[in-house]
Amino acid sequence: MRRVYAAGVGMTKIDRHYDKGFQELVHIAVKNLVDDVKMFSPEAIVVGNMMSSSLYQQDSLAALVADAAGLRGRGGFKVEAACGSGGHAVAAGYALIASGLYDQVLVVGVEKMSDYPTATTTSALAQAADFEHEAIYGVSFAALNALVMRLYMHRYEARREDLALWPVRMHEYGSQNPYAQLRNRITVEDVLKSAVIADPIRLMDSSPIGDGAAAVLLVSEDVARKVSDTPIQIVGVGMGSDGLDLTSREDLLNPMSVRIAAEKAYKMAGVEPMHIDVAEIHDAFTITALLSIEGLGFAKLGESWRFIKDGRFASGDKPSINLSGGLKARGHPVGATGVYQVAEIVMQLRGDFPGVKVGKAEYGLAMNTGGVATLTSVIILKR
Amino acid sequence: MSPARVWRERGARYRLEGSKCKKCNKVFYPPKPACPYCGSLDVEKVELPKRGKIVSYAIEHTVPEGYRHLAPIIVALVELENGVKVLAPITDAKPDEVYIGMEVEAVLRRIWEESSEGLIVYGIKFIPIKE
Ligand SMILES: [Zn+2]
Repeated sequence: MRRVYAAGVGMTKIDRHYDKGFQELVHIAVKNLVDDVKMFSPEAIVVGNMMSSSLYQQDSLAALVADAAGLRGRGGFKVEAACGSGGHAVAAGYALIASGLYDQVLVVGVEKMSDYPTATTTSALAQAADFEHEAIYGVSFAALNALVMRLYMHRYEARREDLALWPVRMHEYGSQNPYAQLRNRITVEDVLKSAVIADPIRLMDSSPIGDGAAAVLLVSEDVARKVSDTPIQIVGVGMGSDGLDLTSREDLLNPMSVRIAAEKAYKMAGVEPMHIDVAEIHDAFTITALLSIEGLGFAKLGESWRFIKDGRFASGDKPSINLSGGLKARGHPVGATGVYQVAEIVMQLRGDFPGVKVGKAEYGLAMNTGGVATLTSVIILKR
Repeated sequence: MSPARVWRERGARYRLEGSKCKKCNKVFYPPKPACPYCGSLDVEKVELPKRGKIVSYAIEHTVPEGYRHLAPIIVALVELENGVKVLAPITDAKPDEVYIGMEVEAVLRRIWEESSEGLIVYGIKFIPIKE
């Protein structure tokens, strides 16, 4: 297999972009990417997206992206893994280059979620769960996570206020990230007093509904230096799955898909969790952050909430986690999120991330999941 | 939703049918054509016990379209007497009455309707066992 590099990145600020459709969002991200590289001539397109069909009545997304990016004629496809679509799109783009098929591939993640009332978007998001046996009962995605959160607090004796520390930290980081959707600081009290979505999950435990697009240009080692002065190598890629339904899973608090994806990525990169300097992980809800941290091996099962209480994983620690503000504050345009994460890690490793910086870092990790840790990808990058 | 789909899925939702693996003997819900634990492709349908205990639950206030008249929905993961877990709503109980470990029993209820003249879907809900 050939080495693969991320040669350039571009993002849009995540927001309720009522004035912009898919094409405009993609266009802004790609323009920022073009400014980031010396040469832009992708031969193929991979699009990460979840709900273009259910909310935007649009398939054939690669053709839409091609026109928005001035690339008519280039082939490509959409990758769907629910809220984990973006990370999986990067994995697919990686494979196209590692295999020798192409030298330059444009990976775009795009999602529009804000055009509809919350109940409609909630229904579309619930399609990440087992429709026949869970969503059919009117069970939302937040409710599934809330059920897991209650089990976590019950088994590990974590208090509700302990779990409020994560969103507070995410808003602190988000306030310094110009691309973040939520840029206000909040307190533990704010979290505990916010509206109940699905008890015990409150509004401020949840990532916001927003629109966004992010782009990463992946290239082979043959052209990496022609495209960028600071290409960042992708050294590990892993994917894993768990049951679509929650009922037949072995243990809801031991996320199999995360463990399997991480194991493969760490092994491929030749590193262990302790070598990671900076990480962007999936925290669609507070509970998702805890399970992600534990699944990635940064803490043992049931320990992450104590670590967070002790100030671990914050800026200055190793690893520093979600300096972007995470899904919680940076925002979570579901199918685009994984591409944002990879773009942020690339910028952190280059040292030009516009928000809270990690400082000198060698290894970065991006972990993105769809469903309740149903489909997970882990991507490890090296400066 | 199509009538054919609702009809096809009736076993799991009307009778609480799961699957049993003929190789490792594990029983699971929902029914699947392959064993999620050992990968065997040889499984059979079995009817599951109707009683169990709540493992965890959530009180859903932000409810998807079509279910708003049911809000708040109590969503529970129930462990049946044979250890198999089922996820379904709790009914005939107030949110503050529900607790982890509560004993419940499966009943058949109307769960969704397309419109006043459209399809009506039935499925499992759990009610508290009062003894
Ligand atoms: Zn088996």
